[in-house]
Amino acid sequence: MTPALAVPTAVVDLLVPAPLSAAAVADRAVPTALVVVARQPLVTSPLVRHLAEQHDIDLTRVAGTGTGGAITRHDVENASRLAGGPLHRTNRPTSPRARRLATQLGVDLARIEHGSGPKGSIIGADVLARPRPDSKTPRPLQEVFASDLSPGRDPLRSADAATARTANMRRRTAALMARSKREIPHYFLSTEIDMSEAIGWVRDTNATRFVTERLLAAALLLRAVVIAALEVPETNGHWVDDEFRPASGVHLGVAVSMRGGGLIAPCIADAHTRSLDELMSALRDVVGRVRTGRLRSGDLVDPTITVTNLGDQGATAVFGVIYPPQVALAGFGKIVERPWAEHGLLGVRPIVVATVSADHRASDGQSGSRFLNRIDTHLQAPEKL
Amino acid sequence: MKTTYREALRAGLRDALLRDERVFLMGEDVGAYGGCFAVSLGLFEEFGPERVRDTPLSESAFVGAGIGAAIGGMRPIVELMTVNFSLLALDQIVNNAATLLHMSGGQCHVPVVIRTTTGAGRQLAAQHSHSFEGWYAHIPGLRVLAPATLEDARGMLWTALQSPDPVMIFEHGALLGMDGELADDAGAVEIDHAAIRRSGTDVTLITYGGTLHKTLAAAEALAAEGVSAEVIDLRTLRPLDDATIMESVGRTHRAVIVDEGWRSGSVSAEISARIMEQAFYELDAPVGRVCTAEIPIPYAKQLEEAALPQVPAIMAAVHDVLGRMSTSVDGVPVLAETH
Repeated sequence: MTPALAVPTAVVDLLVPAPLSAAAVADRAVPTALVVVARQPLVTSPLVRHLAEQHDIDLTRVAGTGTGGAITRHDVENASRLAGGPLHRTNRPTSPRARRLATQLGVDLARIEHGSGPKGSIIGADVLARPRPDSKTPRPLQEVFASDLSPGRDPLRSADAATARTANMRRRTAALMARSKREIPHYFLSTEIDMSEAIGWVRDTNATRFVTERLLAAALLLRAVVIAALEVPETNGHWVDDEFRPASGVHLGVAVSMRGGGLIAPCIADAHTRSLDELMSALRDVVGRVRTGRLRSGDLVDPTITVTNLGDQGATAVFGVIYPPQVALAGFGKIVERPWAEHGLLGVRPIVVATVSADHRASDGQSGSRFLNRIDTHLQAPEKL
Repeated sequence: MKTTYREALRAGLRDALLRDERVFLMGEDVGAYGGCFAVSLGLFEEFGPERVRDTPLSESAFVGAGIGAAIGGMRPIVELMTVNFSLLALDQIVNNAATLLHMSGGQCHVPVVIRTTTGAGRQLAAQHSHSFEGWYAHIPGLRVLAPATLEDARGMLWTALQSPDPVMIFEHGALLGMDGELADDAGAVEIDHAAIRRSGTDVTLITYGGTLHKTLAAAEALAAEGVSAEVIDLRTLRPLDDATIMESVGRTHRAVIVDEGWRSGSVSAEISARIMEQAFYELDAPVGRVCTAEIPIPYAKQLEEAALPQVPAIMAAVHDVLGRMSTSVDGVPVLAETH
């Protein structure tokens, strides 16, 4: 654990569990005229109210990040998650010790699948059994965030602070990238991948889902990278003290651009244990937290490999710079329609250019090619992802 | 030295009578008859009727006399035949012995020791078999001891006599015949701390008196299943040794209390509450309890055994806090809720 990482006060407040929403109680039991004692939360959307009620979130304790401080759906989901709320909580009982350890160690209880205590409850040993980040490896990214989210500063409020933050972020990104280019002998590979299967499957799957549960093609790309990283271990791990240390699982860094500039790569820890839907949900969460400046310590464990996905607005291919001490960075450009020849026939297919920037000390072009080919193979069978 | 719990108690009495001439023993049939449970056998002959005194069948009167003698500078040991009959002396014990120090502004100590036989297991039915030590442990001003081993049976009395305040010693009737080895030079023991009778890592079993040996047997059987149980012998029920309990629970994260008293308002309830107050964030499971069925102790052997805490029930309670499946209690399948 890095003690320096501070969480903004507003987030800490949300850690207090709210057994029953005060607003919900008030709505049911008390005539409206009497409900003036509590601070009125700024909620404009009935959907947000409904969500808060569903998740037992006391809206008077939620800090709004929307227009004029309004509470958004995202705020409620965050509050619910931080409170160990029903959004991510199973109905499994959790021992007091397990809760204490989870808080101290920054372990997300919702991600513990099996409790070994009475009636399947989560106990201390289950929390301790969670793999935690190796505290010895350097963690340049954490330093970035530690300085940005230090207590007493509200990066979202003050314009000066925002400017300073941007400059600081730029400086640190610069230092990190310069170090990478100085130290890491990069090599770059690319391959074009036919995305028709993947996109078709996403479209069909989403047709039967609520909007909040829909998948993006990006989630498939992440999932394909995770599996490929496991299959090609030379791409997954860290270069430390002149040797490559492969990682047993995949902590997936996801490069996200910040509002106001700067790029950070928060981590989806234990990505290899997550299903496609869970990855999608994690991606949505982590991007949301980056954009609202609410990253948590769990987002900042050292990734073992990073993905940069330029998305719809981007260029067609990206050859990225590896985040030290990682040894590979996978990149995806925007998905574009291109003429595609197959079996002697020409068609128009959605194509994405997948690239890998890899550390030549840890792997060579053959490994990198295998890595890209595995990604391609997996994307041709999206239903198995 | 091979000896029994009864003989160890007698050795403690004899030692006290020899070492301090202010010490005398009184109670129903403690003299010529040698004690209802033969604890004081031979002492009458050795020390004479002045120091081993038979009393009339009036617990209130002779406990009151003992309190008076203690205030007057003597060191009386008052024997009450069983804990059930101690209730006849409740007024003297609770309203006088326990309060006088405080009501006299600290001027009047009551250095009396009251011994009594507690507990069931001998087919003596509901008049002689209850476990009221938990009631006395409720009373400020009393110190309450429960010797469960030969060493404590031998050594608690002398230390109790050194206390300036009233001490009650609850000797478990079912242990009287327990034999074992006692060091030849066994003597006084401290009475301030609970003792860890068996070390373990998975669960803390907290007990005292007559259920200590059942609990140790359960721990042994659990060890065969791969469960490492720690066993705490409370020894002193008032004041409770919170530190030992919390330290142990802090390591094992689970506790089961075995108490021959009834569950409601019992010592086990008090300990459970204290664990919750002081070690809540160390707990991995709710505190478990194994207590006597809430009925007057039956006379019939099978019913009495069924009413009391027994090894299979202790094991089942441990299985519960560990989230394991108990296969059977006395051959009857146990449907422990586990997943």
